[in-house]
Amino acid sequence: MNSIRDHFGIHDDALTLRSKRNNILASNIANAATPHFKARDVDFEASLAAVMPSGLISTSNNRHIAQAGNSTGGGLLYRTPINPSLDGNTVELAVEQMEFSENVVRYQSSLTLLNRKISGLMSAIKGE
Amino acid sequence: MSGIQNIFDISGRAMSAQMTRLNTVASNLANARSFADSKEEAYVAIKPLFETEYASHAQTSGLATVNVRGIVPSNLEPNRVHLPQHPKADAAGYVWGSAVNVEEEMVEMLEASRQYQNNLEVVSTLRSLMMRTVNMGR
Repeated sequence: MNSIRDHFGIHDDALTLRSKRNNILASNIANAATPHFKARDVDFEASLAAVMPSGLISTSNNRHIAQAGNSTGGGLLYRTPINPSLDGNTVELAVEQMEFSENVVRYQSSLTLLNRKISGLMSAIKGE
Repeated sequence: MSGIQNIFDISGRAMSAQMTRLNTVASNLANARSFADSKEEAYVAIKPLFETEYASHAQTSGLATVNVRGIVPSNLEPNRVHLPQHPKADAAGYVWGSAVNVEEEMVEMLEASRQYQNNLEVVSTLRSLMMRTVNMGR
């Protein structure tokens, strides 16, 4: 089973994280008119690195270039508003909508890649 | 109230909050030109009071939706209008007009309907993603 899981690579973890992030961005959009609401978000790359079994790419030689580590550890963060509004709400609809549509596209690409890998496996199993 | 589990809870409740807001706008606009005998009887515009409702696991998941805590009257004052021919006019010919700012209500209506649309768009996008995920590997 493990080799099949390895075959999917990071895309299964990425899909779960993208879906979590979609829900967070939906919460932000839902609260666009609520006074004092603070928009939240996650650092996607840091969260993905945190759930990957291997973590960051390790270096075994001093000529290897180390992957830039992220200290946030993938937790929930607060968005820094570009133009804060008077009622203390930090949701900026344009920003949230762009992040949401980007996240949706990236979810779809992970999904497409997973589908390709599954159909590749299926044709290998069938041997046609 | 039950907990917030998924996107349908988040956007559904946000949409119903925006719908409440649209309903108050409709009530205010409907009463924009109504008159009363006294200041106390005059119509005062009403506004919904929005508050964030966090999911029980919001510390880790970040999920939050909107709740309408209540409907409160606005702080506008009814204005005294001189309309001697009005059946409700007093001896000096004055009636009390409702405290509604029509321009403000129109802006409120546009904003509420845009935010309703935004939430609807989020639900339909995520719903189609869910359908594609259910069909994964076919």
